[in-house]
Amino acid sequence: MDKPVNNRAWLLVLPVLVLVAFSAVIPLMTVVNYSVQDTFGNNQFFWNGLGWFQEVLESDRIHAALGRQLLFSAIILAIEIPLGIFIALNMPKRGFWASLVLVLMALPLLIPWNVVGTIWQVFGRVDIGLLGHTLAAMGIDYNYVNDPLDAWATIIVMDVWHWTSLVALLCYAGLQSIPDAYYQAARIDQASRWGVFRYIELPKMAGVLLIAVLLRFMDSFMIYTEPFVVTGGGPGNATTFLSIDLVKMAIGQFDLGPAAAFSLIYFLVILLISWVFYTVMTAQRETP
Amino acid sequence: MTRASRGSAIVMTLYLLFLLVPIYWLVNMSLKTNAEITGTFSLWPRTPTLANYRVILTDPSWYMGYVNSLIYVVMNTALSLAVALPAAYAFSRYRFLGDKHLFFWLLTNRMAPPAVFALPFFQLYSAVGLFDTHIAVALAHCLFNVPLAVWILEGFMSGVPREIDETAYIDGYSFPRFFTRIFMPLIASGIGVAAFFCFMFSWVELLLSRTLTSVNAKPIAATMTRTVSASGLDWGVLAAAGVLTILPGALVIWFVRNYIAKGFALGRV
Repeated sequence: MDKPVNNRAWLLVLPVLVLVAFSAVIPLMTVVNYSVQDTFGNNQFFWNGLGWFQEVLESDRIHAALGRQLLFSAIILAIEIPLGIFIALNMPKRGFWASLVLVLMALPLLIPWNVVGTIWQVFGRVDIGLLGHTLAAMGIDYNYVNDPLDAWATIIVMDVWHWTSLVALLCYAGLQSIPDAYYQAARIDQASRWGVFRYIELPKMAGVLLIAVLLRFMDSFMIYTEPFVVTGGGPGNATTFLSIDLVKMAIGQFDLGPAAAFSLIYFLVILLISWVFYTVMTAQRETP
Repeated sequence: MTRASRGSAIVMTLYLLFLLVPIYWLVNMSLKTNAEITGTFSLWPRTPTLANYRVILTDPSWYMGYVNSLIYVVMNTALSLAVALPAAYAFSRYRFLGDKHLFFWLLTNRMAPPAVFALPFFQLYSAVGLFDTHIAVALAHCLFNVPLAVWILEGFMSGVPREIDETAYIDGYSFPRFFTRIFMPLIASGIGVAAFFCFMFSWVELLLSRTLTSVNAKPIAATMTRTVSASGLDWGVLAAAGVLTILPGALVIWFVRNYIAKGFALGRV
Protein backbone atom coordinates (compact mmCIF):
# COMPACT_ATOMS: atom_id res chain seq x y z
CA MET A 1 0.00 0.00 0.00
CA ASP A 2 2.82 2.39 0.82
CA LYS A 3 3.82 4.58 -2.05
CA PRO A 4 7.56 4.74 -2.74
CA VAL A 5 9.36 7.95 -1.85
CA ASN A 6 10.68 9.61 -4.98
CA ASN A 7 11.60 13.27 -4.98
CA ARG A 8 12.04 13.28 -8.75
CA ALA A 9 8.24 13.21 -8.89
CA TRP A 10 8.56 16.95 -8.37
CA LEU A 11 9.53 17.16 -12.05
CA LEU A 12 6.09 15.85 -12.98
CA VAL A 13 4.40 18.42 -10.80
CA LEU A 14 6.55 21.26 -12.11
CA PRO A 15 4.29 22.28 -15.07
CA VAL A 16 1.33 22.66 -12.73
CA LEU A 17 3.42 24.74 -10.36
CA VAL A 18 4.60 27.10 -13.10
CA LEU A 19 1.09 27.53 -14.46
CA VAL A 20 -0.57 28.04 -11.09
CA ALA A 21 2.21 30.39 -10.04
CA PHE A 22 1.37 32.55 -13.04
CA SER A 23 -2.40 32.36 -12.69
CA ALA A 24 -2.72 32.37 -8.88
CA VAL A 25 0.39 33.37 -6.96
CA ILE A 26 1.26 36.53 -8.91
CA PRO A 27 -2.32 37.91 -8.81
CA LEU A 28 -2.64 37.01 -5.14
CA MET A 29 0.61 38.84 -4.38
CA THR A 30 -0.81 41.89 -6.18
CA VAL A 31 -3.79 41.72 -3.86
CA VAL A 32 -1.56 41.44 -0.79
CA ASN A 33 0.45 44.38 -2.08
CA TYR A 34 -2.62 46.60 -2.44
CA SER A 35 -4.02 45.55 0.90
CA VAL A 36 -1.19 47.19 2.86
CA GLN A 37 -0.75 50.36 0.79
CA ASP A 38 -2.62 53.57 0.13
CA THR A 39 -2.41 55.91 -2.84
CA PHE A 40 -3.10 59.51 -3.80
CA GLY A 41 -3.26 58.55 -7.48
CA ASN A 42 -0.45 58.75 -10.03
CA ASN A 43 0.74 55.29 -9.03
CA GLN A 44 2.30 56.74 -5.89
CA PHE A 45 1.84 54.20 -3.14
CA PHE A 46 2.79 54.36 0.49
CA TRP A 47 2.68 51.92 3.36
CA ASN A 48 -0.61 51.78 5.21
CA GLY A 49 0.02 48.82 7.51
CA LEU A 50 -3.09 46.99 8.61
CA GLY A 51 -5.33 50.05 8.28
CA TRP A 52 -7.46 48.61 5.48
CA PHE A 53 -7.95 45.35 7.31
CA GLN A 54 -9.14 47.22 10.34
CA GLU A 55 -11.50 49.29 8.22
CA VAL A 56 -12.95 46.19 6.55
CA LEU A 57 -13.32 44.29 9.81
CA GLU A 58 -15.21 47.20 11.33
CA SER A 59 -17.34 48.01 8.28
CA ASP A 60 -21.07 47.60 8.86
CA ARG A 61 -21.65 47.24 5.14
CA ILE A 62 -19.35 44.22 4.92
CA HIS A 63 -20.73 42.70 8.12
CA ALA A 64 -24.20 42.90 6.58
CA ALA A 65 -22.99 41.31 3.33
CA LEU A 66 -21.23 38.55 5.26
CA GLY A 67 -24.39 37.90 7.28
CA ARG A 68 -26.49 37.65 4.11
CA GLN A 69 -23.89 35.37 2.55
CA LEU A 70 -23.79 33.00 5.53
CA LEU A 71 -27.59 32.86 5.65
CA PHE A 72 -27.75 32.19 1.91
CA SER A 73 -25.19 29.35 2.00
CA ALA A 74 -26.90 27.82 5.05
CA ILE A 75 -30.30 27.84 3.32
CA ILE A 76 -28.80 26.43 0.12
CA LEU A 77 -27.09 23.57 1.94
CA ALA A 78 -30.18 22.86 4.06
CA ILE A 79 -32.35 22.50 0.94
CA GLU A 80 -30.05 21.06 -1.70
CA ILE A 81 -28.29 18.32 0.29
CA PRO A 82 -31.43 16.52 1.59
CA LEU A 83 -33.31 17.12 -1.67
CA GLY A 84 -30.35 15.83 -3.68
CA ILE A 85 -30.18 12.65 -1.58
CA PHE A 86 -33.94 12.18 -1.94
CA ILE A 87 -33.81 12.58 -5.73
CA ALA A 88 -30.82 10.21 -5.99
CA LEU A 89 -32.77 7.51 -4.10
CA ASN A 90 -35.61 7.83 -6.61
CA MET A 91 -33.56 7.82 -9.82
CA PRO A 92 -33.95 4.80 -12.12
CA LYS A 93 -31.01 2.43 -11.70
CA ARG A 94 -30.34 1.22 -15.26
CA GLY A 95 -31.56 1.15 -18.81
CA PHE A 96 -32.59 3.81 -21.29
CA TRP A 97 -34.55 5.82 -18.73
CA ALA A 98 -31.52 6.06 -16.46
CA SER A 99 -29.42 7.57 -19.28
CA LEU A 100 -32.15 9.98 -20.29
CA VAL A 101 -32.76 11.14 -16.73
CA LEU A 102 -29.00 11.66 -16.22
CA VAL A 103 -28.68 13.78 -19.35
CA LEU A 104 -31.74 15.90 -18.53
CA MET A 105 -30.60 16.41 -14.96
CA ALA A 106 -27.13 17.53 -16.02
CA LEU A 107 -28.59 20.12 -18.39
CA PRO A 108 -28.86 23.08 -15.95
CA LEU A 109 -25.25 22.51 -14.88
CA LEU A 110 -23.90 23.38 -18.34
CA ILE A 111 -25.84 26.57 -18.90
CA PRO A 112 -23.63 29.69 -18.61
CA TRP A 113 -24.34 31.36 -15.30
CA ASN A 114 -25.62 34.61 -16.69
CA VAL A 115 -28.02 32.67 -18.93
CA VAL A 116 -29.27 30.91 -15.79
CA GLY A 117 -29.85 34.39 -14.38
CA THR A 118 -31.59 35.49 -17.56
CA ILE A 119 -33.85 32.42 -17.61
CA TRP A 120 -35.07 33.12 -14.09
CA GLN A 121 -35.24 36.86 -14.56
CA VAL A 122 -37.62 36.30 -17.48
CA PHE A 123 -39.43 33.35 -15.87
CA GLY A 124 -40.27 35.36 -12.76
CA ARG A 125 -41.51 38.51 -14.50
CA VAL A 126 -45.17 39.17 -13.90
CA ASP A 127 -45.81 40.44 -17.45
CA ILE A 128 -44.01 37.90 -19.64
CA GLY A 129 -42.80 35.10 -17.32
CA LEU A 130 -44.69 31.88 -16.69
CA LEU A 131 -43.88 31.82 -12.95
CA GLY A 132 -44.66 35.46 -12.27
CA HIS A 133 -47.79 35.33 -14.41
CA THR A 134 -49.08 32.18 -12.74
CA LEU A 135 -48.46 33.53 -9.23
CA ALA A 136 -50.19 36.78 -10.15
CA ALA A 137 -53.15 34.87 -11.59
CA MET A 138 -53.40 32.97 -8.30
CA GLY A 139 -53.67 36.30 -6.55
CA ILE A 140 -50.23 36.21 -4.94
CA ASP A 141 -48.52 39.56 -4.80
CA TYR A 142 -45.15 38.54 -6.16
CA ASN A 143 -42.52 41.02 -7.37
CA TYR A 144 -38.84 40.18 -7.11
CA VAL A 145 -37.75 43.66 -8.14
CA ASN A 146 -39.32 45.52 -5.21
CA ASP A 147 -39.89 42.97 -2.50
CA PRO A 148 -36.74 41.69 -0.71
CA LEU A 149 -38.43 38.47 0.39
CA ASP A 150 -39.55 37.66 -3.16
CA ALA A 151 -36.06 38.45 -4.43
CA TRP A 152 -34.56 36.02 -1.93
CA ALA A 153 -37.12 33.35 -2.77
CA THR A 154 -36.42 33.72 -6.49
CA ILE A 155 -32.66 33.44 -6.03
CA ILE A 156 -32.94 30.43 -3.74
CA VAL A 157 -35.34 28.60 -6.06
CA MET A 158 -33.00 29.46 -8.95
CA ASP A 159 -30.00 28.02 -7.11
CA VAL A 160 -31.95 24.88 -6.18
CA TRP A 161 -32.92 24.53 -9.83
CA HIS A 162 -29.34 25.09 -10.95
CA TRP A 163 -27.36 22.90 -8.54
CA THR A 164 -29.52 20.23 -6.86
CA SER A 165 -28.72 17.91 -9.77
CA LEU A 166 -25.02 18.07 -8.90
CA VAL A 167 -25.73 16.78 -5.38
CA ALA A 168 -28.14 14.16 -6.75
CA LEU A 169 -25.66 12.92 -9.38
CA LEU A 170 -22.89 12.65 -6.78
CA CYS A 171 -25.13 10.65 -4.42
CA TYR A 172 -26.36 8.52 -7.31
CA ALA A 173 -22.74 7.60 -8.08
CA GLY A 174 -22.31 6.61 -4.43
CA LEU A 175 -25.48 4.49 -4.50
CA GLN A 176 -24.40 2.71 -7.69
CA SER A 177 -21.31 1.39 -5.92
CA ILE A 178 -23.36 -0.59 -3.38
CA PRO A 179 -23.36 -4.33 -4.25
CA ASP A 180 -26.77 -6.03 -4.50
CA ALA A 181 -25.67 -8.46 -1.79
CA TYR A 182 -26.00 -5.68 0.80
CA TYR A 183 -29.66 -5.16 -0.07
CA GLN A 184 -30.31 -8.93 -0.06
CA ALA A 185 -28.78 -9.19 3.39
CA ALA A 186 -30.97 -6.33 4.57
CA ARG A 187 -34.05 -8.08 3.17
CA ILE A 188 -33.17 -11.29 5.01
CA ASP A 189 -32.80 -9.28 8.23
CA GLN A 190 -36.16 -7.64 7.44
CA ALA A 191 -34.62 -4.21 7.76
CA SER A 192 -36.98 -1.25 7.41
CA ARG A 193 -36.60 1.23 4.52
CA TRP A 194 -35.17 3.70 7.01
CA GLY A 195 -32.74 1.07 8.32
CA VAL A 196 -31.48 0.36 4.80
CA PHE A 197 -30.95 4.06 4.26
CA ARG A 198 -29.32 4.72 7.63
CA TYR A 199 -26.96 1.74 7.82
CA ILE A 200 -26.24 0.87 4.17
CA GLU A 201 -26.89 3.79 1.83
CA LEU A 202 -25.86 6.75 3.95
CA PRO A 203 -22.45 5.34 5.01
CA LYS A 204 -21.72 4.43 1.38
CA MET A 205 -22.56 7.96 0.30
CA ALA A 206 -20.42 9.61 2.98
CA GLY A 207 -17.44 10.15 0.66
CA VAL A 208 -19.39 11.72 -2.18
CA LEU A 209 -21.52 13.71 0.26
CA LEU A 210 -18.35 15.32 1.56
CA ILE A 211 -17.49 16.40 -1.99
CA ALA A 212 -21.07 17.62 -2.53
CA VAL A 213 -21.16 19.66 0.66
CA LEU A 214 -17.75 21.20 -0.01
CA LEU A 215 -18.52 22.08 -3.64
CA ARG A 216 -21.95 23.48 -2.83
CA PHE A 217 -20.62 25.48 0.10
CA MET A 218 -17.72 26.96 -1.86
CA ASP A 219 -19.75 27.81 -4.94
CA SER A 220 -22.73 29.25 -3.07
CA PHE A 221 -20.35 31.33 -0.98
CA MET A 222 -18.74 32.72 -4.15
CA ILE A 223 -22.02 33.28 -6.02
CA TYR A 224 -21.90 36.36 -8.21
CA THR A 225 -23.30 36.17 -11.73
CA GLU A 226 -26.76 34.70 -11.17
CA PRO A 227 -28.06 37.11 -8.48
CA PHE A 228 -26.30 39.97 -10.25
CA VAL A 229 -28.30 39.29 -13.42
CA VAL A 230 -31.61 38.68 -11.63
CA THR A 231 -31.64 41.44 -9.02
CA GLY A 232 -28.36 43.35 -9.40
CA GLY A 233 -27.95 43.03 -5.61
CA GLY A 234 -31.25 44.74 -4.91
CA PRO A 235 -33.83 45.74 -3.91
CA GLY A 236 -31.63 48.09 -1.91
CA ASN A 237 -28.86 45.83 -0.69
CA ALA A 238 -31.11 42.87 0.08
CA THR A 239 -29.31 40.43 -2.21
CA THR A 240 -25.84 42.02 -2.24
CA PHE A 241 -23.69 39.01 -1.42
CA LEU A 242 -19.97 39.17 -0.73
CA SER A 243 -18.79 38.81 -4.34
CA ILE A 244 -21.24 41.43 -5.60
CA ASP A 245 -20.10 43.83 -2.90
CA LEU A 246 -16.45 43.10 -3.66
CA VAL A 247 -16.79 43.70 -7.40
CA LYS A 248 -18.69 46.92 -6.69
CA MET A 249 -15.87 48.05 -4.45
CA ALA A 250 -12.93 46.96 -6.61
CA ILE A 251 -14.09 47.67 -10.14
CA GLY A 252 -17.01 50.05 -9.59
CA GLN A 253 -15.48 52.42 -7.04
CA PHE A 254 -11.84 51.39 -7.60
CA ASP A 255 -11.15 51.37 -3.85
CA LEU A 256 -8.14 49.13 -4.27
CA GLY A 257 -6.89 49.05 -0.68
CA PRO A 258 -10.13 48.13 1.08
CA ALA A 259 -11.12 45.81 -1.78
CA ALA A 260 -7.81 43.94 -1.48
CA ALA A 261 -8.07 43.60 2.29
CA PHE A 262 -11.68 42.46 1.82
CA SER A 263 -10.53 39.87 -0.79
CA LEU A 264 -7.98 38.32 1.54
CA ILE A 265 -10.41 38.11 4.45
CA TYR A 266 -13.07 36.65 2.12
CA PHE A 267 -10.66 33.97 0.87
CA LEU A 268 -9.61 33.10 4.44
CA VAL A 269 -13.24 32.74 5.55
CA ILE A 270 -13.88 30.25 2.70
CA LEU A 271 -10.75 28.27 3.56
CA LEU A 272 -11.65 28.21 7.24
CA ILE A 273 -15.25 27.05 6.77
CA SER A 274 -14.21 24.44 4.15
CA TRP A 275 -11.63 23.13 6.59
CA VAL A 276 -14.25 22.89 9.36
CA PHE A 277 -16.64 20.94 7.10
CA TYR A 278 -13.84 18.63 6.03
CA THR A 279 -12.66 17.97 9.58
CA VAL A 280 -16.12 17.41 11.02
CA MET A 281 -17.33 15.15 8.19
CA THR A 282 -14.20 12.99 8.04
CA ALA A 283 -14.10 12.68 11.85
CA GLN A 284 -17.64 11.27 11.79
CA ARG A 285 -16.66 8.71 9.22
CA GLU A 286 -13.82 7.35 11.34
CA THR A 287 -16.02 6.84 14.41
CA PRO A 288 -19.00 4.78 13.16
CA MET B 1 -45.40 -1.62 -11.23
CA THR B 2 -44.91 -1.82 -7.49
CA ARG B 3 -46.00 1.00 -5.22
CA ALA B 4 -42.42 2.06 -4.43
CA SER B 5 -41.38 2.33 -8.06
CA ARG B 6 -44.54 4.26 -8.93
CA GLY B 7 -43.64 6.69 -6.14
CA SER B 8 -40.17 7.08 -7.60
CA ALA B 9 -41.58 7.72 -11.05
CA ILE B 10 -43.82 10.48 -9.66
CA VAL B 11 -40.93 12.10 -7.78
CA MET B 12 -38.69 12.03 -10.83
CA THR B 13 -41.42 13.35 -13.12
CA LEU B 14 -42.05 16.28 -10.81
CA TYR B 15 -38.35 17.03 -10.47
CA LEU B 16 -37.69 16.87 -14.21
CA LEU B 17 -40.70 19.13 -14.83
CA PHE B 18 -39.24 21.62 -12.37
CA LEU B 19 -35.93 21.50 -14.27
CA LEU B 20 -37.35 21.67 -17.76
CA VAL B 21 -40.19 24.18 -17.52
CA PRO B 22 -37.93 27.27 -17.19
CA ILE B 23 -35.84 26.01 -20.13
CA TYR B 24 -39.01 25.39 -22.13
CA TRP B 25 -40.11 28.94 -21.42
CA LEU B 26 -36.83 30.26 -22.87
CA VAL B 27 -37.21 28.12 -26.02
CA ASN B 28 -40.84 29.21 -26.29
CA MET B 29 -39.84 32.88 -26.13
CA SER B 30 -37.07 32.44 -28.67
CA LEU B 31 -39.61 31.30 -31.27
CA LYS B 32 -41.91 34.30 -30.81
CA THR B 33 -41.81 37.83 -32.14
CA ASN B 34 -41.30 40.63 -29.66
CA ALA B 35 -44.87 41.79 -30.25
CA GLU B 36 -46.19 38.40 -29.23
CA ILE B 37 -43.90 38.19 -26.16
CA THR B 38 -44.95 41.50 -24.69
CA GLY B 39 -48.44 41.73 -26.15
CA THR B 40 -50.09 38.40 -25.42
CA PHE B 41 -49.45 35.71 -22.89
CA SER B 42 -49.25 32.36 -24.67
CA LEU B 43 -47.98 29.00 -23.50
CA TRP B 44 -46.67 28.15 -26.96
CA PRO B 45 -45.78 30.35 -29.94
CA ARG B 46 -48.89 31.09 -32.02
CA THR B 47 -46.89 32.07 -35.08
CA PRO B 48 -43.52 30.32 -34.66
CA THR B 49 -40.67 32.24 -36.25
CA LEU B 50 -36.97 31.62 -36.61
CA ALA B 51 -36.25 35.32 -37.15
CA ASN B 52 -34.51 35.65 -33.77
CA TYR B 53 -32.09 32.87 -34.64
CA ARG B 54 -31.50 34.40 -38.06
CA VAL B 55 -30.42 37.66 -36.40
CA ILE B 56 -27.75 35.82 -34.42
CA LEU B 57 -26.48 33.48 -37.10
CA THR B 58 -26.07 36.18 -39.74
CA ASP B 59 -24.40 38.87 -37.62
CA PRO B 60 -20.67 38.36 -36.92
CA SER B 61 -20.77 40.46 -33.74
CA TRP B 62 -23.22 37.85 -32.42
CA TYR B 63 -21.93 34.56 -33.71
CA MET B 64 -18.26 35.41 -33.15
CA GLY B 65 -19.14 35.39 -29.45
CA TYR B 66 -19.82 31.66 -29.71
CA VAL B 67 -16.61 31.11 -31.65
CA ASN B 68 -14.58 33.05 -29.07
CA SER B 69 -16.11 31.12 -26.19
CA LEU B 70 -15.46 27.78 -27.86
CA ILE B 71 -11.85 28.72 -28.68
CA TYR B 72 -10.86 29.60 -25.14
CA VAL B 73 -12.82 26.71 -23.64
CA VAL B 74 -11.02 24.20 -25.87
CA MET B 75 -7.65 25.84 -25.20
CA ASN B 76 -8.29 25.75 -21.47
CA THR B 77 -9.34 22.10 -21.54
CA ALA B 78 -6.23 21.05 -23.48
CA LEU B 79 -3.91 23.09 -21.28
CA SER B 80 -5.46 21.91 -18.02
CA LEU B 81 -5.25 18.25 -19.02
CA ALA B 82 -1.70 18.55 -20.36
CA VAL B 83 -0.32 19.84 -17.05
CA ALA B 84 -2.67 17.90 -14.79
CA LEU B 85 -1.92 14.42 -16.20
CA PRO B 86 1.75 14.17 -15.10
CA ALA B 87 1.03 15.91 -11.81
CA ALA B 88 -1.86 13.58 -10.99
CA TYR B 89 0.40 10.61 -11.77
CA ALA B 90 3.03 11.94 -9.37
CA PHE B 91 0.45 12.40 -6.60
CA SER B 92 -1.15 9.00 -7.12
CA ARG B 93 2.12 6.98 -7.38
CA TYR B 94 4.83 8.61 -5.27
CA ARG B 95 5.47 10.26 -1.96
CA PHE B 96 7.73 13.26 -2.18
CA LEU B 97 8.81 16.21 -0.12
CA GLY B 98 5.78 18.38 0.64
CA ASP B 99 3.30 16.35 -1.45
CA LYS B 100 0.34 16.67 0.91
CA HIS B 101 0.84 20.41 1.40
CA LEU B 102 1.17 20.90 -2.33
CA PHE B 103 -2.02 18.95 -3.05
CA PHE B 104 -3.96 20.93 -0.46
CA TRP B 105 -2.56 24.21 -1.72
CA LEU B 106 -3.68 23.32 -5.25
CA LEU B 107 -7.20 22.64 -3.99
CA THR B 108 -7.35 25.98 -2.19
CA ASN B 109 -7.19 27.59 -5.61
CA ARG B 110 -10.51 25.94 -6.41
CA MET B 111 -11.91 27.77 -3.36
CA ALA B 112 -10.68 31.19 -4.48
CA PRO B 113 -13.59 33.46 -5.41
CA PRO B 114 -13.19 34.69 -9.01
CA ALA B 115 -14.28 38.14 -7.76
CA VAL B 116 -11.03 38.28 -5.77
CA PHE B 117 -8.97 37.63 -8.88
CA ALA B 118 -10.84 39.76 -11.41
CA LEU B 119 -8.91 42.97 -10.88
CA PRO B 120 -5.38 41.51 -10.43
CA PHE B 121 -5.90 39.33 -13.50
CA PHE B 122 -6.92 42.37 -15.50
CA GLN B 123 -3.74 44.18 -14.45
CA LEU B 124 -1.46 41.16 -14.92
CA TYR B 125 -2.69 40.31 -18.40
CA SER B 126 -2.69 43.95 -19.46
CA ALA B 127 0.92 44.24 -18.26
CA VAL B 128 2.11 41.25 -20.30
CA GLY B 129 0.09 42.25 -23.36
CA LEU B 130 -2.38 39.38 -23.28
CA PHE B 131 -5.50 41.44 -22.59
CA ASP B 132 -8.39 40.61 -24.94
CA THR B 133 -6.83 37.38 -26.24
CA HIS B 134 -8.26 33.88 -26.02
CA ILE B 135 -5.18 32.56 -24.28
CA ALA B 136 -5.64 35.06 -21.42
CA VAL B 137 -9.08 33.66 -20.59
CA ALA B 138 -7.82 30.09 -21.06
CA LEU B 139 -4.96 30.75 -18.61
CA ALA B 140 -7.21 32.52 -16.12
CA HIS B 141 -9.66 29.60 -16.06
CA CYS B 142 -6.74 27.29 -15.24
CA LEU B 143 -6.98 28.82 -11.76
CA PHE B 144 -9.92 26.60 -10.90
CA ASN B 145 -9.75 23.94 -13.64
CA VAL B 146 -6.21 22.65 -13.07
CA PRO B 147 -6.80 21.80 -9.37
CA LEU B 148 -10.07 20.12 -10.30
CA ALA B 149 -8.46 18.13 -13.15
CA VAL B 150 -5.61 16.99 -10.88
CA TRP B 151 -8.16 15.97 -8.25
CA ILE B 152 -10.33 13.97 -10.68
CA LEU B 153 -7.41 12.31 -12.48
CA GLU B 154 -5.70 11.39 -9.22
CA GLY B 155 -8.90 9.60 -8.18
CA PHE B 156 -9.09 7.59 -11.41
CA MET B 157 -5.35 6.82 -11.45
CA SER B 158 -5.37 5.50 -7.91
CA GLY B 159 -7.89 2.93 -9.09
CA VAL B 160 -5.28 1.40 -11.45
CA PRO B 161 -3.08 -1.15 -9.62
CA ARG B 162 0.57 -0.18 -9.39
CA GLU B 163 1.69 -3.65 -10.54
CA ILE B 164 0.84 -2.54 -14.08
CA ASP B 165 3.45 0.25 -13.92
CA GLU B 166 6.07 -2.08 -12.48
CA THR B 167 5.45 -4.80 -15.07
CA ALA B 168 5.76 -2.27 -17.88
CA TYR B 169 9.06 -0.93 -16.54
CA ILE B 170 10.42 -4.49 -16.23
CA ASP B 171 9.39 -5.07 -19.85
CA GLY B 172 11.64 -2.17 -20.78
CA TYR B 173 9.12 0.61 -21.38
CA SER B 174 10.46 4.11 -20.86
CA PHE B 175 8.27 6.43 -18.75
CA PRO B 176 6.87 8.57 -21.61
CA ARG B 177 6.15 5.50 -23.74
CA PHE B 178 4.51 3.66 -20.84
CA PHE B 179 2.47 6.73 -19.95
CA THR B 180 1.10 7.42 -23.42
CA ARG B 181 0.77 3.84 -24.74
CA ILE B 182 -0.40 1.92 -21.69
CA PHE B 183 -1.42 4.19 -18.86
CA MET B 184 -3.49 6.82 -20.64
CA PRO B 185 -5.74 4.26 -22.41
CA LEU B 186 -6.35 2.64 -19.01
CA ILE B 187 -7.72 5.86 -17.55
CA ALA B 188 -9.41 7.03 -20.76
CA SER B 189 -12.77 7.45 -19.03
CA GLY B 190 -11.10 9.53 -16.31
CA ILE B 191 -9.53 11.78 -18.92
CA GLY B 192 -12.92 12.14 -20.59
CA VAL B 193 -14.54 13.07 -17.30
CA ALA B 194 -11.81 15.58 -16.42
CA ALA B 195 -12.16 17.13 -19.88
CA PHE B 196 -15.92 17.33 -19.38
CA PHE B 197 -15.50 19.21 -16.10
CA CYS B 198 -12.91 21.60 -17.53
CA PHE B 199 -15.21 22.29 -20.46
CA MET B 200 -18.17 22.80 -18.15
CA PHE B 201 -16.58 25.22 -15.69
CA SER B 202 -14.84 27.21 -18.42
CA TRP B 203 -18.01 27.42 -20.52
CA VAL B 204 -20.27 28.65 -17.71
CA GLU B 205 -17.87 31.17 -16.16
CA LEU B 206 -18.51 34.81 -16.98
CA LEU B 207 -16.92 37.16 -14.45
CA LEU B 208 -13.31 36.49 -15.45
CA SER B 209 -13.90 36.02 -19.16
CA ARG B 210 -15.81 39.30 -19.30
CA THR B 211 -13.17 41.20 -17.32
CA LEU B 212 -10.31 39.96 -19.50
CA THR B 213 -11.82 40.69 -22.91
CA SER B 214 -13.21 43.66 -24.76
CA VAL B 215 -13.69 42.97 -28.49
CA ASN B 216 -11.56 40.28 -30.09
CA ALA B 217 -12.12 37.51 -27.61
CA LYS B 218 -15.44 38.56 -26.11
CA PRO B 219 -17.44 35.53 -24.96
CA ILE B 220 -21.04 34.98 -26.01
CA ALA B 221 -22.29 35.41 -22.47
CA ALA B 222 -20.92 38.97 -22.36
CA THR B 223 -22.18 39.71 -25.88
CA MET B 224 -25.67 38.86 -24.67
CA THR B 225 -25.73 41.26 -21.75
CA ARG B 226 -24.27 44.20 -23.66
CA THR B 227 -26.38 44.00 -26.79
CA VAL B 228 -29.51 43.72 -24.77
CA SER B 229 -28.80 46.78 -22.67
CA ALA B 230 -27.80 48.79 -25.75
CA SER B 231 -30.75 48.04 -28.02
CA GLY B 232 -33.50 48.18 -25.41
CA LEU B 233 -35.21 44.93 -24.60
CA ASP B 234 -35.04 42.56 -27.52
CA TRP B 235 -36.49 39.61 -25.62
CA GLY B 236 -36.73 37.28 -28.59
CA VAL B 237 -33.08 37.59 -29.60
CA LEU B 238 -31.99 37.37 -25.96
CA ALA B 239 -33.91 34.11 -25.59
CA ALA B 240 -32.54 32.71 -28.85
CA ALA B 241 -28.97 33.53 -27.77
CA GLY B 242 -29.64 31.81 -24.45
CA VAL B 243 -30.96 28.69 -26.17
CA LEU B 244 -27.86 28.57 -28.38
CA THR B 245 -25.59 28.67 -25.29
CA ILE B 246 -27.36 25.58 -23.91
CA LEU B 247 -26.73 23.47 -27.03
CA PRO B 248 -22.94 22.87 -26.73
CA GLY B 249 -23.37 21.72 -23.14
CA ALA B 250 -26.19 19.38 -24.11
CA LEU B 251 -24.01 17.86 -26.86
CA VAL B 252 -21.10 17.32 -24.49
CA ILE B 253 -23.34 15.66 -21.90
CA TRP B 254 -24.65 13.28 -24.52
CA PHE B 255 -21.11 12.10 -25.30
CA VAL B 256 -20.14 11.41 -21.69
CA ARG B 257 -23.54 10.17 -20.47
CA ASN B 258 -22.24 6.69 -19.59
CA TYR B 259 -19.48 8.03 -17.37
CA ILE B 260 -21.35 10.95 -15.96
CA ALA B 261 -22.37 9.38 -12.65
CA LYS B 262 -18.89 8.07 -11.84
CA GLY B 263 -17.45 11.31 -13.14
CA PHE B 264 -19.50 13.47 -10.85
CA ALA B 265 -18.05 11.50 -7.95
CA LEU B 266 -14.64 12.56 -9.30
CA GLY B 267 -13.50 8.95 -9.72
CA ARG B 268 -13.72 8.28 -6.01
CA VAL B 269 -16.41 5.64 -5.75
